[in-house]
This record gives sequence, C-alpha cells and structure tokens, in this order.
Amino acid sequence: MKIAIVQFPGSNCDQDCLAALRGIDGVESDYVWHKETSLHGWDAIVLPGGFSYGDYLRCGAIARFSPIMRSVVEEARSGKLVIGICNGFQILCEAGLLPGALVRNRSLHFVCQMVTTRVEVSDSPFTRGMPVGTLLRLPVAHGEGCYYADERTLRDLNERQQVILRYCDSSGRVAPEANPNGSVQNIAGICNADRNVFGLMPHPDRACEERLGSSDGRRIFESMIGSLVRDQAAA
Amino acid sequence: MKVKVIVTPKETVLDPQGAAVREAMQHLGFSGAREVRIGRYLEIDLEGDPVEQEPKLRELCHDLLSNPVIEDYRLEMPNEKK
Repeated sequence: MKIAIVQFPGSNCDQDCLAALRGIDGVESDYVWHKETSLHGWDAIVLPGGFSYGDYLRCGAIARFSPIMRSVVEEARSGKLVIGICNGFQILCEAGLLPGALVRNRSLHFVCQMVTTRVEVSDSPFTRGMPVGTLLRLPVAHGEGCYYADERTLRDLNERQQVILRYCDSSGRVAPEANPNGSVQNIAGICNADRNVFGLMPHPDRACEERLGSSDGRRIFESMIGSLVRDQAAA
Repeated sequence: MKVKVIVTPKETVLDPQGAAVREAMQHLGFSGAREVRIGRYLEIDLEGDPVEQEPKLRELCHDLLSNPVIEDYRLEMPNEKK
C-alpha cells in the first residue's frame, strides 16, 4: 500500500505520520510537496498536522488553495481514502470536503494534552474492527480545534452516522468536562457522507507506540490499511 | 483605490475572544457593552478599475477572505458610503 503525506509550508507532523505509517507492515509511505499537482498512483492520502502558511487568515484557508489540493479533491471525490489530522482536518473543512469548521478553542487556550475519545461508528474505513464505544487515548495540540456546524449540518451528521469520534472521560462518558476545546456535541472527528474522507483533531500519528504514552492511534492507521487491502482483494 | 473587507463571525458562532474583551472592558469600569464581536478587517489597494474588479473581489471574499460556514463579510467599494 502506498500512502502519500502531503507537505505544506508549515506542516510539522509530516515526520510523525511517516514514522507511524512506515511502522505498519506492507506500507510504503512518502512525502508529496504541496506544489505537486497529482496524487495518481497513491492508495491513500494524509494531510498532516502543523501550521500551514502560519495559520494566516484562518487555519487551513491558504493551504486549501495549494496546487496539490485540486488533486486531493478529485481523488477524494473518486473514493480514495483521505485522512486529515489537526491542521489537515482544518484544511479539509476549508476545502469543503468535510462540513463545518474549526474555530478558536472556547477557553482561548492552546490545549496540549492526552484525551480519551469514543468510537461512535464501527463500520467506517478508519474504525473497522473497533466496536462502538471503543476508547482511544490520543493526544491533542491545537488552538483552533473547536468544531462548529449549524443545527442542520449537525442533524445530518448524526443521522448519517458521520461522527466517528467524540471526546469522553476515561469511562467513556461523553461529558462537557471531557471536552478539551468546546467542540459542539464533543465532536472530535467526522467523515463525509461517502465515508472515505476523515478529519480529526487528535493525533493518531503521535500515539503509535507505547513509549509515546499510547499506541491507540495505530489502530486508526491499521484500520485504513485493512480497508485498502480488502478493497484491492475485492477488485 | 482602496477597498475594504470586513469579516465578522456569524451570529450563531460563539466568539470567546469577544467575550473576553467585553469582560476586560467591564474590569475597566465600562459596563455598557452588551456584546463584543471580533472580526477581521482587510484593506486592499487596487490597481485598475474597481468596478470592473468587483465581481472577482466578491468571489474572493466568499472563497478565501471569509469562511461562509462561520463568517459574514462586507465589501466596501471606494465609491460606496458606509
């Protein structure tokens, strides 16, 4: 499996993603510079975390118009798996590949901590083999991670089971105290209606080995790879 | 010729920055602010005919300068009164 990691000026989790992916059997992964115009030949695409373009204007607002993004949009529309982590999630929302937006944390503080998230959907390509209620311990590090969507969008997201992860406490209770940034309905990660584009604020890339405090992030990447293997076998 | 773009958070979007500023104003003895909303102000120095460029500017306001999911914008052309 070949997985592209898109590098924007200001990406800073590209190396974490590369290390995480190369640590999985059968995965080839490499960087693709944002000035490139094609993602043909890659099986999946990662938009890593960081501060693309210094977060100028709005987080992800300028990266969204990078030359590579046209190809990201095309590949996403054709069904290729795309995962956007942190700044990558912000870029996916700005690009209109995911609904809603990420705004300043309610507390106004940058949050940098380990959080617990609850898997809400077990049949997405990113959470296969994880029953609903599975808890994943993942780190967050962001200033603009408060997920916002209007009432109607929220209703659609819930009805179509597009909310993949919610912030919860260590017993799995989705409670206001467990919400690190004020996200509406404790939303930590969502997918599109076609379920091939996933955006999340927590960093699975920074939680792929026990010595990093958690290896739960690895399960998300392994689920992606598993989905790709299954799809290729079926083709 | 300068055009101005004023971007403000939509009514439905929480503005914690504005709330913090309102609180600071209260600390300074000013209790007359019901709400403070913080947006963004852009000044764009144009070359050429502003009228001709207005449609493209509106497009840019919508696609780049604001995020319609969370923000509203107002484009002020040079000949317009506020």
